[in-house]
Order: sequence, then C-alpha cells, then structure tokens
Amino acid sequence: MDMRNTYRIGTGAGFSSDRLEPALDLLRHGKLDAIIFECVGERTLAFGHRDRRADPDKGYNPLLERRMRAVLPLAHAAGTRIITNMGVANPRAAALHTVKIAAELGLTGLKVAAVTGDEVNHLIGPDTHLLEPDCRLSETGREMLAANAYLGIEAILPAIEAGADVIITGRVADPSLFLAPLAHHFSWRLDDWSTLGAGTAVGHLMECGAQITGGYFADPGHKEVPNLAYVGFPLAEVSADGSATITKLAASGGLVSQRTVKEQLLYEVHDPGAYLTPDVSADFTQVGLADDGQDRVRVSQANGGRRPDQLKVTIAFDGGLLAEAEISYAGPGAAERARMAGDIVAERMDNLHHSNGPTRIDLIGVNALHGSAVAYDAVAQDVRLRCAMRASSQEEAETLLWEVEALLCCGPAAGGGYRGHITPSVMTYSAFVDRGDVQPELEIFAV
Amino acid sequence: MSSSMSIRVPLRQIAHARSGDKGNRSNLSVFAYEPAHYDTLRRQITPERLKEHFGGVLRGPIRRYELPNLHGMNFVMDQALEGGVNESLNLDGHGKSWSAMILALEVEIPGTE
Repeated sequence: MDMRNTYRIGTGAGFSSDRLEPALDLLRHGKLDAIIFECVGERTLAFGHRDRRADPDKGYNPLLERRMRAVLPLAHAAGTRIITNMGVANPRAAALHTVKIAAELGLTGLKVAAVTGDEVNHLIGPDTHLLEPDCRLSETGREMLAANAYLGIEAILPAIEAGADVIITGRVADPSLFLAPLAHHFSWRLDDWSTLGAGTAVGHLMECGAQITGGYFADPGHKEVPNLAYVGFPLAEVSADGSATITKLAASGGLVSQRTVKEQLLYEVHDPGAYLTPDVSADFTQVGLADDGQDRVRVSQANGGRRPDQLKVTIAFDGGLLAEAEISYAGPGAAERARMAGDIVAERMDNLHHSNGPTRIDLIGVNALHGSAVAYDAVAQDVRLRCAMRASSQEEAETLLWEVEALLCCGPAAGGGYRGHITPSVMTYSAFVDRGDVQPELEIFAV
Repeated sequence: MSSSMSIRVPLRQIAHARSGDKGNRSNLSVFAYEPAHYDTLRRQITPERLKEHFGGVLRGPIRRYELPNLHGMNFVMDQALEGGVNESLNLDGHGKSWSAMILALEVEIPGTE
C-alpha cells in the first residue's frame, strides 16, 4: 500500500458516553491524520436540548471537558485533526469551552471551529408533517423544543479549508464526520457519487467505534472476542478510491474480522442499496470484504448515487416527566407476587388517582424487554417489578413512586429493594426540509 | 451426505445477528457463519416467520433485503419499538436485544448422518 496516498482516520468515540483511553491510544500510536468523536444520537440530542434548556451555556456533550483535556495535547503533538459532533445542541458553547481548556493547557496556535446552522426551528411550524407518527406537528399536542437538520460534508469542508485543528458540530450525519476529511484530502468532487458512497461506507463502518472491533459482538461459546475489557477503537487506512482497510492497534483488545465488519455494515441501515445521507445515497449491496492480515479487513466496492434533495430533521418535544419505580420479589411464586403487585399499582393509578397515561408494568427477569413476545415464565425466582409512566406533572410522577414504595407494607408478601426516580424527558420525531433552506455557518476561534 | 435427513438447531448455531434503531423502526441483520447456510436462512427466516413469533411486539410491516455476497439479510421492522427510544417506556427502547431474541428461533439444516 502506498502510504503517501493513504489517509489514516480513527474513531475516538462511537457514542456520547464512549470510553476515553482507546482514543488516547490511537492518538499516541495510530499515526492518525484525523480522529473523529461521534457523540450524537436521537437520545443524546434530546438530552442536549434538555440540558441547554436548564442552562443556556450547556447542551454540549457532558464528557467534552474530560475528553478535550486528555485529547487536545496528544492531537496537537501528533498533528491530528479532531472532528466531533460533541457540540450536540450547543456547538458554539462547546467550541468556546474547548478554547478555554486549550488555553489552560498552554496550547497555542490552535484553531477551533464551531459549525452551526443545523438548528432549523424557523423551518418548522404547526403544519409540518412528521414521518412518525405520520401526523401534523400541531396534532402531537406537545411543545417543540428544537429542530435539528442533519448537515453533511458541505458544512464541515469550509472549516477544514480554513485550517481548523478542532472542528465541533451539532447535528451532522455520522458518516459525514469521516467523509469530510477524506473528501478534502483526496479532492473528491461533491458529485462523485460512487466515491462519496465508498467513503460513506467507511464512515458508517467507523462511526460506532468498538462495534467494528469486537464490541457489541461477543457471545461466549459462539463469538469469542479476545481481551474485550480493553477493546481498541478502529482505524481505517483509506485509499484515494474510497476503499479502505479497517484495523486496530495490535496491542489493544478485541478483533476485526469479516464478521464484525458485516454486522456493522448493516447496523441501523434500512435499504442497503440506498443508505441516505446529506452527501449521497450510498449503496452497500456490492460491498466486497477480504482478509488482509491479522485484524485487518479490506472493504471495497461500496457505491453511491445522487444525494437526496431533502434533509432529515429531528424535532425534539417536551416529553414531560419519566417516572420509574421498582421493587423486587424472590423465591417460589416470585413472578406471581410481582405480577400481583404490578396489577395493584396499575389499578390504583388508573382508578384511584385517575392518572393521565397508562402505567407500564414490567417483570424484570420474566418479560421486561419484549413483553408478550416471549412466553411468560412463572418459575423465575428473582423478579423485579418495574412500573413506568410518562407523567404530566411532578405530583403525578411522585404518586407513582409513592404507590410502588407503599407496596412494602401494603402489597404482596416479601417485597423489597424499592428504588424510584423521576427524569425530565424529551421526545423526538422526524421530518424533512428542503436542502436549500438550510444554511450551515462557521465560526473559528483562535487560541 | 448420505440421506435427506434434516436436524433442527437454534439459529444461533449457524448465524449471527445485530439490531439497530431509527425512530420507531428497528433493523435486524442476520448473517450465516457458513456460506452453505445462507440459503437455509433465506428460506426459513422470513418476515412471515418473524411476524408469527413476535407479532405482539412487531406491530408494523416487515421488509427483508437480501445480501448474497455477504451471506446475510436485513430486516426492517416498522412500528417495532413502542414509539422509539425517546418515547417508549420499554427499558430497551432501542430494541438492542432483538438480535439475541431472534437467534432462539429454530431452523432445519441438512443432517450429516
């Protein structure tokens, strides 16, 4: 492989709460051109809006402080560009905070970019059609907090061209975080669909970090993964045509195999022939995989077609309060007693307290995750009752917790281990807006 | 192979799987460990079979995409996540555990006598 024509890109985080030390290992030993921290999902974007609502200077990734303190000096020393969506719901505040950290660390000559423009509240109104639940926005009866469009590489490229060392975005399509530096390095045209599709496949494979290096894969006795406790994050050696070798540091745990690559290739994909991003309609149907040494898999033949004319938007709504309360039952008849306790809570919430929404009753250890999809197992001897509801008021949420705690004396025999908590929640739905109505913006701060 | 005898095994023995989410839609990919078992998957793990076993939870239509070069299939299941990760009261609002559930299904594979 011609090293001069190979771009080395690593994943520093595959989700908002991902581990830190595998990223530091990659920065120390990976000889990376760029490292990507992908930290936004539908769930964490909603959290960002919740946090910004409570404090206008927050709303970025809660781990940004710890990550940047550890990562900035190493990236600076290695000459590795950092690209991240850790800005979540507040990229500008995240960039300003990063500048402050860099200054405290004594790093100079650093350019930190904030990429914004993904927040498109002005494009959304009561008549906006929501894909799910397939209705007009006003019909949800909920207060909209914010709407974020998925930006693509066009939003990131100006920051790279301006020489930014650290690029912080909000909502950007995950693969675009990887595709942008590749497209810049190899001078790919923005209408070279085939190559952009190949680069998007690389970004898609890399975006979830350890999910391609043995994380989220192990199944003892069936799928063995060495040293999973110290699983490494992935590194891609990308060629000018968009093909790549996926690998990891030899000293790290985990594995890269055709199996780990296959599972990740289709992760969160619907039609594999039309994986839509703001940059391209990527086609994974002809992807070829080949072993290329220990923990090295060569990925080629991903393709692509014209990009969509519309951008997907995630709209966050006030979801009220999530109230959850639990109590445990053990020994013979545990499942029956837990079931009886759940029925009592549901009965009292509905008919005594006239609660606003239904109370969800789960028997953890019996049927919690998939309800009626599995046979009811009454022989379980260690069962935790979980009651959950979306409450419309603090008082209603507290009522649920109170009812479950009251089971300690008033419920079936031998219940114990009550816990309860109330969490403000945000709900999200999706819509589309025209691409031309979304204008990415760039601000650069120098340290 | 000396006979047409077949044996029933859990899908987990011949295949691996992963699931993911977008909104209220779940996707589930299933891959044969051995290329020879891809056809077994294709014939026996169908949208109808998933509906039959898990229809109480998988409420919407299920589509299947085939990827013969990877010896795998991708199922896309609408209305499968009780509203999705930010709405569902399910502990596993992402539906991450689906991939393990499906591996409990039994498949018939040719017996080797």
